[in-house]
Amino acid sequence: MLKFLLTRFAVLVPTFLGVTLLAFFLIRLVPGDPVEVRLGERGISAERLEEMRAQLGLDRPLLEQYLDYLGGVLTGDLGRSVVTQNPVLEEFLTLFPATVELALCAILFAVIIGLPAGMIAAVKRGTAFDHVVMGGSLTGYSMPIFWWGLLLILLFSVTLGWTPVSGRLSALYWVEPVTGFMLIDSLLSEEPGAFGDALHHLILPTIVLGTIPLAVIARMTRSSMLEVLGEDYIRTARAKGLARARIIGLHALRNALIPVVTVIGLQIGVLLGGAILTETIFSWPGIGKWLVESINRRDYPALQGGVLLIATVVMAVNLLVDLLYGILNPRIRHGR
Amino acid sequence: MRALLLGTVVLSALMVGHPAAQAAPKTLVYCSEGSPENFNAALNTTGTTFDANRPIAEGLVAFERGKTNVQPALAERWEVSDDGLTYTFHLRRGVKWHSNKDFKPSRDFNADDVVFSFHRQWKPEHPYYPVSGGGYAYFKSQGLADLLESVEKVDDHTVVFRLKHPETPFVATLGMDFANIQSAEYADFLAKKGAKERIDQDPIGTGPFFLQVYQKDAQVRYRAFPDYWGGKAALDSLVFSITPDAAVRYAKLQRGECHLMPYPNPPDLAAMKADPAINLLQQEGLNIGYMALNTQKKPFDDVRVRRAINMAIDRQAIIDNVFQGSGVVAKNPIPPTIWSYNEQVQDYEFDPEKAKALLAEAGFPDGFQTDLYAMPVQRPYNPNARRMAELIQADLAKIGVKADIVSFEWGEYRKRIQNGDHGMALFGWTGDNGDPDNFMHTLLGCAGAVPGGSNIAKWCHKPYDDLVTEAKRVPDQAERAKLYAEAQRIFKEEAPWVTIAHSIVFEPVRKEVVDYKQSPFNRHEFYGVDLKQ
Repeated sequence: MLKFLLTRFAVLVPTFLGVTLLAFFLIRLVPGDPVEVRLGERGISAERLEEMRAQLGLDRPLLEQYLDYLGGVLTGDLGRSVVTQNPVLEEFLTLFPATVELALCAILFAVIIGLPAGMIAAVKRGTAFDHVVMGGSLTGYSMPIFWWGLLLILLFSVTLGWTPVSGRLSALYWVEPVTGFMLIDSLLSEEPGAFGDALHHLILPTIVLGTIPLAVIARMTRSSMLEVLGEDYIRTARAKGLARARIIGLHALRNALIPVVTVIGLQIGVLLGGAILTETIFSWPGIGKWLVESINRRDYPALQGGVLLIATVVMAVNLLVDLLYGILNPRIRHGR
Repeated sequence: MRALLLGTVVLSALMVGHPAAQAAPKTLVYCSEGSPENFNAALNTTGTTFDANRPIAEGLVAFERGKTNVQPALAERWEVSDDGLTYTFHLRRGVKWHSNKDFKPSRDFNADDVVFSFHRQWKPEHPYYPVSGGGYAYFKSQGLADLLESVEKVDDHTVVFRLKHPETPFVATLGMDFANIQSAEYADFLAKKGAKERIDQDPIGTGPFFLQVYQKDAQVRYRAFPDYWGGKAALDSLVFSITPDAAVRYAKLQRGECHLMPYPNPPDLAAMKADPAINLLQQEGLNIGYMALNTQKKPFDDVRVRRAINMAIDRQAIIDNVFQGSGVVAKNPIPPTIWSYNEQVQDYEFDPEKAKALLAEAGFPDGFQTDLYAMPVQRPYNPNARRMAELIQADLAKIGVKADIVSFEWGEYRKRIQNGDHGMALFGWTGDNGDPDNFMHTLLGCAGAVPGGSNIAKWCHKPYDDLVTEAKRVPDQAERAKLYAEAQRIFKEEAPWVTIAHSIVFEPVRKEVVDYKQSPFNRHEFYGVDLKQ
């Protein structure tokens, strides 16, 4: 187990370095720099333009800028946004809880509905229920997030009036951020009704962000379950006359879950990608929207820092999933 | 039934008299389109930041709400010396600064604050110059560093600006957001605490509202400032609910989650017009969309060719097709809402036959080949440059001119056309101080016709340039108007541009909002606005 962990960590170092390289240079391949983006149509003399660039340190050689940035990263300093001048890490940390809250709700939603749906579809293979799950998941998987979000807003918010359109809380309430998680903060605050309001605001974005993971989990559970149900030990169990529920719930489910856990782990990356669109539609003040804005403004430090931090989160989650996998499946643990 | 009715009436009468019912605060929610970068307009050039900053901060002068006229603000009145070089501003007395949980001002607004705010943007050695990344894009692009000789305090309530050369639009320039005044006392306080950046993050201003809290990408909350010199605002609080997607903004407006929104999607306009809960305000924007002809390149150095191009393009078709009702054909380089607009100017008629004849006369009976630069982005003055370029291309083909449409990334595009790489280029401008100079000299004067300059036609015509340069120096507005009117006539005759459109700006506002005025500068201002309850 220790060796397994060490090799995993050894792989992380070059991955990490690769991410810093990609984040730094890819962003600079995009034409236009922050100064030009700021000026818009307004012309300005070449010397003043250079002066502004120098103030932001953009006139120095690229390699020097990169080494500077890398040095900063190693000492935990991600620099300051060229647009707002706030430390990048601070901006990330104030916005990240909103994304985590939404992503957790989305994955919870996907698991709570996707797991049983996939299981039942496998057990009732070929029935109408199975067809509905298979068809529904295919549709969900190929749903364009932007369109799906607007459709739900139009139906549930504008036409039916059941849910608020966007944001995390109505303008009527003001909740002091303590943890950054609105569901917790609204409970801590004195505002009566704020918690319900926050919950209300979560419904649509959760559904939109959870749709693709839901589809993936349902399909994965179904196929994994089908495979397990065909195994010899299940047939043996059946032949021994064990109760059907006991076979499925105890023997089949545990083994069928192993690949599903991996898939859920992999969905974290998908979730963070999907968050960019979902947060933009629902004006959700998280990391996704922050990144989009940083790209538009060519805010190099913010982008570099944001990409690096997100990559770190994804790597950490994957490591965790690997560990969990090892616990669930002893064959992998001892095989090494 | 009657008893019930009576009961309701009595009850509501009681409610009105009840203090709790009266105290219901008036909160106006504005669905803004993006997060402000910070709270100092001098550091940024985005309308989003200006809007978010405006409730808090003010300049020496201001634009009358809904108009382009300059009126007193923090300066009560001002005098200009006869040579046009010295501006003396007499400051308003008893103007209170906001306070926050750390800082309580010990004095009212005075001349030190004015000197601080201008020196900060101007003098690289000023301790606050590099704070928040410096930059000061507007101060620089307005050329103030080259215009100002000195900014001095005479006494607590008098400040003198000395200029290097006369510049009458200077007062209008001071009404722009970048010239807002910050507190020198607050700056000193923060410098001692070693937290200079906070001057731009936790702002202290003199405006009608003070900042309560800003949550990036979520909301900006303001409260009415009870000691505002102009009297407390009718609203108790103001919330900017940050909503980047226009379709979502509209959904929130329909649900009453916000009271007004900027920048609607054009396809939603018809539904907004039909909605009884919404007033759809509209007005011509302070902008111009044009196609510049590079007069330093063949064959556009020949005025006959430029006139022929002007006659060959069906601009009404462009308005119908590209703007879809949200624009009007332009004939002058300034929009009709700016003073000195010359109604008398004769525009070119759409006449391909005449254009062809003129082209033959200039020595191009079979036309010629050129490039047509089309912007890659949507702008207020041009919702779809690609489509516009295609229509122009088709029109020009009819007189034998073959135009290749080219495009670049936005920053690269601007760099190339400012360098003069193009033959023909689509571009435009949104005015920011309501002075004709801001269009006529900035966009068409000889000073901008150099590589890198903002004169995209690279057009330097002495008779025109003399007029707009003279108009910059004359203090009398009637006199200036005459000069600009004549300059517009010459401009049309010389045809360095095809003037295409002034766009129409729409703003849907819910009916309960009282006395909101659309600003020609596309500002969103809330002092003076009330809510029916």
